[in-house]
Amino acid sequence: MTSVDRSDAGENQAPRKRELALVSRSTYLKEKGLQYLFFACAFLAVVTVLLIFAFTMMQAAPVFTDIGLANFFSFTWAPTEGQYGIMSLLAGSGLVTVGALVLGVPLGVGTAVYLTEIATDRVRALISPAVDLLAGIPSIIYGFFGMVIIRPVVAELTGGMGFGALTAWLVLAIMIVPTITTLTIDALNSIPMGIREASYAMGATKWQTIYKVVLPAARFGIVDAVVLGMGRAIGETMAVLMVVGNAPVIPESISSPVSTLTSQIALDMSYSSGLHRTALFGMGVVLFIISASLVGIVRLLSKMRKG
Amino acid sequence: MTVYQAAPTPEISAISTANFDFWYGDFHALTDVNLNIAKNKITAFIGPSGCGKSTFLRCMNRMNDLIEGTRIEGSMTLDGADIYAEGVDPVDLRRRVGMIFQQPNPFPKSIYENVAFGPRLQGVTSKSDLDDIVEESLKRANLWKEVSNQLSKDGLALSGGQQQRLCIARVLAVQPDVLLMDEPCSAIDPTSVQKVEDLMAELAPEMTIIIVTHNMQQAARISDYTAFFLQEVAGEPATLIEYGQTDALFTSPMDKRTEDYITGRFG
Amino acid sequence: MAINQTSRAADEQLSSSQRIKRALSHGKQGRISKNTSNKVMLGVFRVAAAITTLVLVAIIAYVVINGLPHISPDFIFGWPHGVNAEGGIWPTIVSTVYVTALAMLICTPIAVLAAVYLAEYAKQGRLVGIIRYAADALASVPSIVMGLFGYALFVEAMGFGLSMFSAALALALLMLPIIMRTTEEAIRAVPRYIRWGAYGLGATKWQVVSRIVLPSAFGRIATGIVLGIGRAIGETAVVLYTMGQAINLPITPMDSGRPMTVHLYLLANDGINMNAAYGTALLLMIIILAFNLFARHLSRKSK
Repeated sequence: MTSVDRSDAGENQAPRKRELALVSRSTYLKEKGLQYLFFACAFLAVVTVLLIFAFTMMQAAPVFTDIGLANFFSFTWAPTEGQYGIMSLLAGSGLVTVGALVLGVPLGVGTAVYLTEIATDRVRALISPAVDLLAGIPSIIYGFFGMVIIRPVVAELTGGMGFGALTAWLVLAIMIVPTITTLTIDALNSIPMGIREASYAMGATKWQTIYKVVLPAARFGIVDAVVLGMGRAIGETMAVLMVVGNAPVIPESISSPVSTLTSQIALDMSYSSGLHRTALFGMGVVLFIISASLVGIVRLLSKMRKG
Repeated sequence: MTVYQAAPTPEISAISTANFDFWYGDFHALTDVNLNIAKNKITAFIGPSGCGKSTFLRCMNRMNDLIEGTRIEGSMTLDGADIYAEGVDPVDLRRRVGMIFQQPNPFPKSIYENVAFGPRLQGVTSKSDLDDIVEESLKRANLWKEVSNQLSKDGLALSGGQQQRLCIARVLAVQPDVLLMDEPCSAIDPTSVQKVEDLMAELAPEMTIIIVTHNMQQAARISDYTAFFLQEVAGEPATLIEYGQTDALFTSPMDKRTEDYITGRFG
Repeated sequence: MAINQTSRAADEQLSSSQRIKRALSHGKQGRISKNTSNKVMLGVFRVAAAITTLVLVAIIAYVVINGLPHISPDFIFGWPHGVNAEGGIWPTIVSTVYVTALAMLICTPIAVLAAVYLAEYAKQGRLVGIIRYAADALASVPSIVMGLFGYALFVEAMGFGLSMFSAALALALLMLPIIMRTTEEAIRAVPRYIRWGAYGLGATKWQVVSRIVLPSAFGRIATGIVLGIGRAIGETAVVLYTMGQAINLPITPMDSGRPMTVHLYLLANDGINMNAAYGTALLLMIIILAFNLFARHLSRKSK
């Protein structure tokens, strides 16, 4: 055996060295070229965001030069009289969003807790798809539903037409529930089972486990869910447009007409011109900054969490 | 310092390393490995977990290039050519140095397509050529009898042991000179282990096989040469402790640490 | 001496466990309310889930009950006519399908390749962080702002006019981050072992991606795309000022039209023909729910 090995080695010694193939130029170029193409596609997201901001900003430039920030951030929105104050619209957006969160967060988080902690598998298999489908229903249908069903009920209860913040709260609350529920479910599912078992093993009831162990452990994920739900509520246009009554004033009550940044843009875009139009773009910039900041907050929170 | 017992000489070796060091980022994983892997023989790498044997194996077909921040020093040659020389194509290297992984990893494709994957990469398109390659490779991997009438079945539908032999067939289809096996038997059932071991013995005369194993009986059963790796102090790099003919290493280890390991005193 | 110490230690231990017992017994009074609060609070969660489900059922039932009587072949395939928009909604269906298909055609290749970059090529670092932040920001841009931007850039500045093409570009931007994310998740879900197998056979990176990774991830990617289609069909604010509102059967991408969502908005807002509004709402919902159910089916199959 050994001798065979030797003779093999002897034979092979001269021509033994076999060079390894080098990277061929064409392969190298192809692989590099593809990599740059993929990168360009990914970088398009950055380009688009910058473009949206820059372009909307450019269109809104006269807000700084001709309207003036003092006028723009005042309370009177009366484009025909040269008053382009967005504060009442901003207040309207804020009012509508806060109300939607007050109603939607408990509902969304509650549904998520029920689905992950309490429901049996069979019930879960029924309700989880329902939540997904709720997320799939377009905002125009929510608006339509709000307009023909919720508005009359609100009108009945409060007197008046039923167009106002209260109706918008109810509609938006329904709309943000799927967002909040889905993200909260993700957060709850990422908590290790062992933590729950440890709590039960110490004699805690289900509610005590949820309240003292599960929810605190998932608090960051729930905060994310709330912030993203907030983003959805602020940015929602059609559903709000159809139920708030579109009066750009500080409302007298929660059932009197109000207007928001988004609905006012949608309403005025069709006929606006000149400074009025630039003011709408200015409102677009404000909305963009708000939504980008909310995303920034979520990212910052998750970074802080990781250390 | 490494102890050598009747270790292969450079002349009869397929892969040789000199002063080989390896880093994952800042972590110095391996240091000063010098060994010659005998051509067309079976060499086993043994040692406790974390001793760098798998890492070293993955250096041989530059799989570690896929991990960010890895770095080597020293030299490693295949048939005399430097594997890590400037400009060497790791893709072409991997065609010559095939690899079998711990977890059987058939592609989610048919059995036929799994085996034909490598040849197709090399530009084989003729149906009859591919048929030939698939049949011969499956036969060499001793899987043909079991799957010949279900070649269009999903590779993932096979049993674990069959999957591993499918992976071997898949590698054989590209005719590698060297076959790296990273604990190929640790995730499959005992009967299949026997089949894979038989297969290795059949392949060895025409192929250099290097196997990483946790199982010392397996190393003793099937290998011609054995290398023992050890990381003595946590945080310090691992290295090659003893290397030589399997019989010699198992019956009369020269290093105390080798003896402790093979007699089961640690690891 | 030693015995003395041990007995003292035992004494101390005994008294400390006694102390704990005594302290625990103080807590016993809360016992009844513990079980009651458990029952009450679990009930609250059940109610929350019940409300969510009921709302969905109510919306669907309401739209179905009111819309179903108005849906007929004439309604689906007919043209609207007269001031009250009686007749059918065929041109709006075509406009919706047209713009959605065009948007997906533009968006999907870019989104998939971008996801390939993020999942397979990118080294984690500042640049990837910026790309991810941009994608998240893009996903959160309010749709009316995207409509505003699309109007200013595509309709006016680039001169595409109110058209399918302008609307599709704006929609594509809105869909881009959604499909990018689902595709990236799909790619990351492909086990690395399978990649290694391909690399080990001497496949280049692109060969691994194109022949192993993307085919393996296809089911999940398709699910993401189908969900994206569902969202695009329901989108209103983006297309409101980029596609136009005139009823028109689009032939070329430069034609304008009126999508179903805008049609529904105008009908409901004017309140002149609620029957057509109900019918449109039902058709819209059927189409979207069909895509969502199809996506669920795909995702179940790919598991």
